[in-house]
Amino acid sequence: MKTVRYWSVNNARWLRWLYKGIETCLTAIYPLLKSLGHQRLDRAFAAVEKRVKGFLFDSKSCGQCTLGETGMACPMNCPKALRNGPCGGVRANGHCEVDRDMVCVWVSSWEGSQRIGNPESTIQIIQAPVDVRKKDTSAWLRAVRKRLGVET
Amino acid sequence: MTFDDEPLAGENLPILPGHDSPGRFERVLRAGYFAVTAEIAPPDSADPQEVYARAALFDGCVDAINATDGSGANCHMSSVGMCALLTRRGYSMIMQISCRDRNRIAMQGDVLGASAMGVSNILCLTGDGVQSGDHPEAKPVFDMDCMTSLQMLCGMRDDGEFLSGRKITAPPKVFLGAAANPFAPPFDYRPLRLAKKVAAGAQFVQTQYCFDIEMLKDYMSKVGDLGLHKKVFILPGVGPLASAKSAEWIRTNVAGVHIPDAIIKRLAGAQDQKQEGVNICIDMINQIREIEGASGVHIMAYRQEERIAEIVEKTKVLGDRKPWHPNR
Repeated sequence: MKTVRYWSVNNARWLRWLYKGIETCLTAIYPLLKSLGHQRLDRAFAAVEKRVKGFLFDSKSCGQCTLGETGMACPMNCPKALRNGPCGGVRANGHCEVDRDMVCVWVSSWEGSQRIGNPESTIQIIQAPVDVRKKDTSAWLRAVRKRLGVET
Repeated sequence: MTFDDEPLAGENLPILPGHDSPGRFERVLRAGYFAVTAEIAPPDSADPQEVYARAALFDGCVDAINATDGSGANCHMSSVGMCALLTRRGYSMIMQISCRDRNRIAMQGDVLGASAMGVSNILCLTGDGVQSGDHPEAKPVFDMDCMTSLQMLCGMRDDGEFLSGRKITAPPKVFLGAAANPFAPPFDYRPLRLAKKVAAGAQFVQTQYCFDIEMLKDYMSKVGDLGLHKKVFILPGVGPLASAKSAEWIRTNVAGVHIPDAIIKRLAGAQDQKQEGVNICIDMINQIREIEGASGVHIMAYRQEERIAEIVEKTKVLGDRKPWHPNR
């Protein structure tokens, strides 16, 4: 589904706007959501995210979403799982060193970041290494909890 | 090169104020000399003599030797093993550490071990994908990437902590390096990417092979605009091409190496192509030393390591300096 993934990067600007909007809404209703119980809530959200983000971004459900800071390109599609790319192996046509049929995830990320504007505030952020324990948990709820200051 | 306070041949130097490592390489760079580094080919063997013989080829012409970590995803003697042997003889080593084969636990352990053996310089790399090497069926690790491993090592050195936050009783005193490739897309992001590496803790950087001086100049001027040449020592990579045919093969098969047609034409038109490859490398070095912000060169002469002495000699980049070596 690379076509959809490329489309998402081409539409990074409004997708990110939508993404941030969802985050704001969820933050507002989080106290209400929380009453449903953490585990039940997380499972439901993770299932929705897997489908939506899986379709739009080929998300790998790492649970630590960087999409808003990586130009709406999911870095987990990089065969080297680079969270801070691109590597030095990008082909002259901008394709991946490992998968020659795929546009380098980080070439896409740079394009998306420029569309979003002010790339200094997004792509230049050093992303922490993946915490494998968070795989298949809800990244949206995690972002909300971070925004509320209840998770670091 | 010897230093006034060099205690014993091969033993680490005292750490000067403002320095992070006890190594000669950091001293050479901070003193403002044009530095030369070279890449040693690790043997497919368990014989230490092979390692010593390969290192001896660089005696007196390089300031530090890069020990590669399974470069091209091919299996060879480990960079830790190479460094263990060569630091014992007093060589100034740059240990390359790639994220392909080890997770954060193994990487941090190796850094402590290396520093204990006298390794003063560590170069953090993401590493080539396993598909490009001789074990394409292997599981790629990539638990960290070059950026996060730089940060991790900075934390070990400056805060004296593992990534977990646990204390390290004697932190590793290492000068931290990274790689850069100005010759691969996305070109307009490459200088910013270097800025990100500097922010992550890179103190020196070695680049991919440069065969296109204009492209390098363009990159360096953007790097200069960002003020990075004042924050990081940049050593552009160079190397002799063996023939027009091998240059053609490299540019088709080795990811991230850009060789312009003009270089291939120049090689093809020469009587002695191997010598012409060396001449091109010499020309590159002579042009690189004129570029503002270039603090040295990194010579990668795969299977032509014996030509490095000639290259350094002919370019006279070391001036009257003779880097320290154990067989002097």
